[in-house]
Amino acid sequence: MSNISRDEVAHLAKLARMAVTEEELDVFAGQLDQILDAVAKVGEVAADDIPPTSHAVPLTNVFREDVVRPGLTQQEALAGAPAAEEGRFRVPRILGEEQ
Amino acid sequence: MTAVADLMDYAEVVERFDPVLGLEVHVELSTDTKMFCGCPNLFGGEPNTHVCPTCLGLPGALPVVNGKAVESAIRIGLALNCEIAEWCRFARKNYFYPDMPKNFQTSQYDEPIAFNGHLDVVLDDGEVVRVDIERAHMEEDTGKSLHVGGATGRIHGAEHSLLDYNRAGVPLIEIVTKPIVGMGARAPEVARAYVTALRDLLRAMDVSDVRMDQGSLRCDANVSLMPKGGSEFGTRTETKNVNSLRSVERAVRYEMTRQAAILAEGGTITQETRHFQEADGSTSPGRTKETAEDYRYFPEPDLVPIAPSRAWVEQLRATIPELPWERRKRIQAEWNLTDEELRDLVNTGAADLVAATVDAGAEPGEARSWWVQYLTQQANAREVELADLPIAPAQVARVIALVNSGELTNKLAREVVQGVLAGEGEPDEVVEKRGLKVVSDDSALLAAVDEALAAQPDVADKIRGGKVQAAGAIVGAVMKATKGQADAKRVRELILERVGA
Repeated sequence: MSNISRDEVAHLAKLARMAVTEEELDVFAGQLDQILDAVAKVGEVAADDIPPTSHAVPLTNVFREDVVRPGLTQQEALAGAPAAEEGRFRVPRILGEEQ
Repeated sequence: MTAVADLMDYAEVVERFDPVLGLEVHVELSTDTKMFCGCPNLFGGEPNTHVCPTCLGLPGALPVVNGKAVESAIRIGLALNCEIAEWCRFARKNYFYPDMPKNFQTSQYDEPIAFNGHLDVVLDDGEVVRVDIERAHMEEDTGKSLHVGGATGRIHGAEHSLLDYNRAGVPLIEIVTKPIVGMGARAPEVARAYVTALRDLLRAMDVSDVRMDQGSLRCDANVSLMPKGGSEFGTRTETKNVNSLRSVERAVRYEMTRQAAILAEGGTITQETRHFQEADGSTSPGRTKETAEDYRYFPEPDLVPIAPSRAWVEQLRATIPELPWERRKRIQAEWNLTDEELRDLVNTGAADLVAATVDAGAEPGEARSWWVQYLTQQANAREVELADLPIAPAQVARVIALVNSGELTNKLAREVVQGVLAGEGEPDEVVEKRGLKVVSDDSALLAAVDEALAAQPDVADKIRGGKVQAAGAIVGAVMKATKGQADAKRVRELILERVGA
């Protein structure tokens, strides 16, 4: 039985940049518990000889030639931007430090 | 904005503490295209002109791996004596920051393509230190932010930021060392020597242009201290923004003296990212570091796993060129250098550059003279490493060839080199643009000779009268008129011809 705390939900919400109300913290904590329990059931049938699956297709090594292909012009690239300046995407003040 | 940190005297630091280093080096590969799309991988350019739906993270766009980048990653792994994964995947590293338009960076997490290697590093006095490599993995670079409104162009105080995604998606290899311990007072030197050796290696392999000034080679230095004789590592800091080899050494040394002062006072080190300040060699606090869990890594669903066959790996192993340290041994024998001469050549950063210039067709003596004298002066004047000068060995070889073929005088050759250093293009382009070719067209020279003779009739008479040495004054005048671009020997011949002496 997993047990997700309100604090953990709040932390995850912060990482995902989601605004979550106090009431929702309780709701989501309960729902996430149920989801984790359901996923944990897979572990009951997956024996050691069954490798974890991340991809549904049995493919490896799909590569592209290192050849330039036409992309977008600056105008096209910025067409959907809410704000642009000097050919660049304009974003609000960044809080916190540079990565 | 921040108080000046207390620092402990370095001698006391190494008497009381043992430093532990961990170095993370990011290398931008010099492929033609980006890691996951066909956009050109070029430094600079008009903002947002090397972009497409994939590297802008537009909905529905799908990545495809650049095979050449995987090849380079494996080759780098092999050159670092690593094991190459039989099977590995990409992973999404999730974080919100405007320099990553997708809101995640495609990276590798617990399945790096290369792991468990080592690099032998030669210190200034010839001592060899083995640095163990934890892993080398593939990922993509971020875009570039321009902070507007802040006093220093830094993020602090900025009102808004402007994003250029030309660099977003450029292939990166991150090379991570295992903890480097037991170096004592030499830890900062080891850090610099390691990054130098790595840079020389990557350059020799031609997988990156390794320009620290342009960010194609970047080093993050993790530093912690433990009490002398201890075995439990202390809390570390990660210093970023270390943009030259010299800065690597300074940053490590600064962190050692800063942390020691805090620990000696009974304080604790905050685990954080710190920024190196080039101006005074200090570091300043950045964000508190996220834990790995906070990045919520998961296998990248849009990219299938990579499973390099052993046959492919062996094929790539065969493409690894002569490595810098092997080359040094060879040139020492070929050029008949003493250990000391070789070390000087290596320590000034000239050895590999001279060797590469020789490989590009120049004579060893001439190649050595250019790098050790004129170019070393230029590097010192600009306060950059010799190898970071914006001129390539092949370009130096071309200049030497132009001098040997009589197309340039030594003086003009230095001007051509200046032009290349100023970013005016290849040597031949500089010659063309600056009009630096030796004036060998006799008709142009004759006009200048006639003019000079007419201006100094008394000298002309003297020459005519048999005082051939008087021609020197006319040669000087012609050289002045042609801005030094004439071949003085030919000018003299023409003068004598003209006065009928």
